[in-house]
Amino acid sequence: MHGFVSLFWLIFSHDILLNFPVLGISLQPQGDYIELHQKRHGRRPDHDERKRKRAAREVHKRSEQARKVGSGWPSARALFCAGILLFMLWLVCVRFRCGAAARCQGQEVCQEALCREGTDEEDCSWLLEFTHDCLKMHDESTKRDKVEDVQEGALPPYLLDRDETKRAKVLSNTIKQKRKEKAGKWDVPLPKVRPVAEEEMFKVLRTGKRKTKQWKRMVTKATFVGPGFTRKPPKYERFIRPTGLRFTKAHVTHPELKCTFNLDIISVKKNPNGPMYTSLGVMTRGTIIEVCPAFSYSQGSP
Amino acid sequence: MDSQATPAADANTSVMCQLVSPEGDHLGAALYLPQNVGPPQLQEIVNHLLHNEDKLPYAFYIGDEELSVQLGAYMQQKNANVEVTLRIIYQPQALFRIRPVNRCSATIAGHTEAVLAVSFSPDGKCLASGSGDTSVRFWDLNTQTPLFTCKGECSASYPCSLCVFPMFVTLHIPGHKNWVLCIAWSPDGKHLVSGSKSGELILWDPKTGKQLGSPLMGHRKWITAVSWEPAHLQVPCRRFVSASKDGDARIWDITTRKCVISLTGHTNSVTCVKWGGDGLIYTGSEDCLIKVWETTQGKLVKTLQGHGHWVNSLALSTEYVLRTGAYDHTGKTYSTAEEMKEAALARYKKMRGNAPERLVSGSDDFTMFLWEPTISKQPKARMTGHQKLVNHVYFSPDGQWLASASFDKSVKLWNGITGKFVAAFRGHVADVYQISWSADSRLLLSGSKDSTLKVWDIRTHKLKQDLPGHADEVYAVDWSPDGEKVASGGKDRVLKLWMN
Repeated sequence: MHGFVSLFWLIFSHDILLNFPVLGISLQPQGDYIELHQKRHGRRPDHDERKRKRAAREVHKRSEQARKVGSGWPSARALFCAGILLFMLWLVCVRFRCGAAARCQGQEVCQEALCREGTDEEDCSWLLEFTHDCLKMHDESTKRDKVEDVQEGALPPYLLDRDETKRAKVLSNTIKQKRKEKAGKWDVPLPKVRPVAEEEMFKVLRTGKRKTKQWKRMVTKATFVGPGFTRKPPKYERFIRPTGLRFTKAHVTHPELKCTFNLDIISVKKNPNGPMYTSLGVMTRGTIIEVCPAFSYSQGSP
Repeated sequence: MDSQATPAADANTSVMCQLVSPEGDHLGAALYLPQNVGPPQLQEIVNHLLHNEDKLPYAFYIGDEELSVQLGAYMQQKNANVEVTLRIIYQPQALFRIRPVNRCSATIAGHTEAVLAVSFSPDGKCLASGSGDTSVRFWDLNTQTPLFTCKGECSASYPCSLCVFPMFVTLHIPGHKNWVLCIAWSPDGKHLVSGSKSGELILWDPKTGKQLGSPLMGHRKWITAVSWEPAHLQVPCRRFVSASKDGDARIWDITTRKCVISLTGHTNSVTCVKWGGDGLIYTGSEDCLIKVWETTQGKLVKTLQGHGHWVNSLALSTEYVLRTGAYDHTGKTYSTAEEMKEAALARYKKMRGNAPERLVSGSDDFTMFLWEPTISKQPKARMTGHQKLVNHVYFSPDGQWLASASFDKSVKLWNGITGKFVAAFRGHVADVYQISWSADSRLLLSGSKDSTLKVWDIRTHKLKQDLPGHADEVYAVDWSPDGEKVASGGKDRVLKLWMN
């Protein structure tokens, strides 16, 4: 029993064998939820191509596994796999020639020969169609040929590594650089900060006996409130900063040393979304905060 | 009385002269020569002393200056001391005389992008050019029209042995995928190899214009230079070395179509490579080093250090002979490989003499070094004077002179043996990109960013001919080995042929 189970597992441990009901048993998913999903939502747009490519890859996988198994008398599983491999190879070579080798006159000769070999008419036409489809898909797949784009402005090899800027350009470049330096003193390192919408930032709180009043807002992003912070009386509190979203420490990574420190936040300097957010102390992407560098001096006893 | 006496006295006063060969050997004993002896008479004397059968032309130099007048006049000019022996160095000149080109005989359009490389075949009969439109073109010199356009895409029929019944497979072999950066003719003139920006090398047959086989892949970045094995080492030419931006040089064999040896060691792009006549390969790189490799196993022999910035260009004293192989100005053709090899070897030996091969390297640090790599690691001379980077250095075909083209708009002439500065040629108004010598070493051609070509005379150190006509920068120039034609190509996408 144990032997039978292990043999069973050995033979059917590969994916491809799942669909080969050799011994009348197949390991399929229970129920038909997969088919239902396919009916309702359809397949992936590249499903056919992926299926075809996966089938083509199986050959290589089989051969790799067969090679990995190593020397020694091939096991039953190996023999079976080798058999499948040869069969698929034969399929690819003789029947479904999907490579660049089967083109033009080759294709015609092949198809003629197939038809002549005494196969049924139906079979022949199906094969012809399949070959034709395979080739067409192979042609259409754009991933195969990496066409390098040929740039304009060809340069001889002695000029390729050189950045030839003319004198006037150099002058204007230096002027532009100086201007940039002056203007960008307080520039955020992330220049493109996506503006955060108010719906995302605030959650509307319904208050009142009948929960009809909607003038209160709760902040949904991380905030910083100073150490001496006291809430306003609830009647006058428009913006609520929940304690769960209040942070006092920040993980700061030094750009050159590439190490991270856990430092106390002193204040929120500027929030790019507006002065209101800055005053609230909201910390979103692109916010500049002030941290306290932690210096620990160990004082040795004399 | 006095007037009668002085001519007689002049004729009587003779000058003590010693003829010296370029290497420094004395030719015969010191001679008392009358003052009315000039270069023609000196030539006869030298020919007689050397027992030359043919009257070979010589040029004479006294203290680095050429002697063009009679001895008497020279002595008066220089106020030289009559008692001191005058050392006259004689230098053999080329038998043939090349006429300077002065007109553009043809402007051939054909390339759709800038022309990046132009090269005549070693016998001077064919011309090939590589361009930024990924094609290599062969041009017919007799009719001055395009001969072949090599873009690849020739299909070959191979029998397919994969299946049961015979099937023929047509393969489409593509040409270059990116700009063709450098081309090189084999010294026997039978093959042309071209290297592209995508790192592949393709062999072409100049007679049919067809690609020979698929591209040779191996380099990971663009090819910067290609150099063939000299003909006197092997004919028919089989091997060549290619240098690339990825930092290694590879030796390829065209019959096995494989990379035989890979010369790795440089840490930055290899900018130039030259296959020397002794079986050594010299590579110059952007890591400021020049490495010398031996060709049987690809081992590093020497590293020549000294430059402070990128090494842009290398030149060998025997380069012209190695490039032209067995062909020379007589235009003789050879039928068998052995004949060609012997002729090439004879030419090489004559060119080299007893002196070792000299190597010159031009760099971005505005200086050049003259090396004798087979003797020592230390440079023989350092040539300073340029005010901007040195782009191209080239020895004259007879090895006596050395010319350097620089981005400081000048071309400088140096003594090829000692490395001493001789003259500066000024005339260009923008960076000088490439130079080329005429086969008799009397004329020098330079192509520049200012879209002109200029022919300079070596004897008078002056501009001989100005060749305007290109519409944009001139990237590549070449003087044919038979001296008849000059070809130039540049950014304006046309190829110009210049003749006398």
